[in-house]
Amino acid sequence: MPNIRQNVLVLYLETSALDSRTIAWSIYEGASNARHDAGDADSPPYETGLAALRDGWRLIQASQLQQHTAGDEFRVGYLKYEFFFEQLVDTDQSLPAARDIRE
Amino acid sequence: MPSSIRLSTLQMAHFAARGFLRLDEVVPDTINQRFLADVGHVPATEVDSLWKHYGRIMHSSAIPLVDPGTPLATAYPPDSAVAEILGLPQVQGAIESLVGTHSVVDHHFLHITFPGRLYAAAGQPHVAQATHQDSTIDPRRAFDMQMMYFPHDVTRDMGGTRFVPGTHLRVVSEAAIARYQNVKGQQHMVCKAGTLLFLHHGLWHGGGRNDSDRLRYMFKIRMCPTAPQTLLWDTHDLEARSETRPIFWNSNPGNTETIESVLMTPEPWFEADTGRLEFVNRIRLWRYLTGNKTWDADYWLTRIENEYGNP
Repeated sequence: MPNIRQNVLVLYLETSALDSRTIAWSIYEGASNARHDAGDADSPPYETGLAALRDGWRLIQASQLQQHTAGDEFRVGYLKYEFFFEQLVDTDQSLPAARDIRE
Repeated sequence: MPSSIRLSTLQMAHFAARGFLRLDEVVPDTINQRFLADVGHVPATEVDSLWKHYGRIMHSSAIPLVDPGTPLATAYPPDSAVAEILGLPQVQGAIESLVGTHSVVDHHFLHITFPGRLYAAAGQPHVAQATHQDSTIDPRRAFDMQMMYFPHDVTRDMGGTRFVPGTHLRVVSEAAIARYQNVKGQQHMVCKAGTLLFLHHGLWHGGGRNDSDRLRYMFKIRMCPTAPQTLLWDTHDLEARSETRPIFWNSNPGNTETIESVLMTPEPWFEADTGRLEFVNRIRLWRYLTGNKTWDADYWLTRIENEYGNP
């Protein structure tokens, strides 16, 4: 019986295109005790979202494109192009399950 | 020496564009030492509990209790280290340039970041503070200014304040941005003793994790203007520093720094489309700072204000 845990990678990209440049990122590891802290890296783990896909991460959520509210067109706030990826890891075998699934 | 050295036009343009101004080693070491002594600093080896240390400092230090709205000019005893810092010509000039001569104190706080062993002893996680914007949702054009004072050398492993240049015009709700662990272009304060960092209230920031064996102190004062923040700096070169230039098709952009070139410089984290909105908002902030309601850079606002019918 595999003991599956989830690692999560969040990439914020320059545009809505998955192959655009990473501008911000976060990592949460459920498959280990590794902790990723605010400010712990100054360069991204992947240059683009596509590079993460090619390394075995599975895209599970992408932010929607929202229409701009009249009168509020120029307000900026949260980062706009947020992509959630997951990697399933069999912690008994310490192998990324994502790789098994691809085979 | 004049009692106040106001900021230059280009320093103001950089503040408008990036939301911060850094003055390195501007406070003499005699004042730094006095500040640390006044607040009750002791070597980390003499501290066995972060709660006790904080409690002792909060109750016995020379940092006064200040009601919000107190004029900055009267908030600190004249002979205190903080009053001496505020009276330094470069410091007074920066404050007057950003929030005027009659600013008031919102609040102040002495932030202390401890070595890991003290968090373990207190049962607290030894982690960096998540990225956040202070206070709450704040859509104003006017701005408060936060002065951060680093009274001792801050090395990289001490986890000096992390901040993201250019985020100050983003309207977000405090820790709602905690999910953003790392942002391209973020900076970490590494500095010599006596360095000051002036932040627009909206700038995204957070305290770093202290991986050294020393205590790290940062004293912050939030100051609010009581009048429009218009033309408060040394404006003698305001017109000379502004230059209209061809946009996009420009074979000779030149190397001379102008207000336009500063305000139109993107940050590494800019999104392709909202980076242009950042330019629009920087221009609007510059209009507020100069009182010039038609000023523009690279035609961003003139283009969308060229309206002749009902949209």
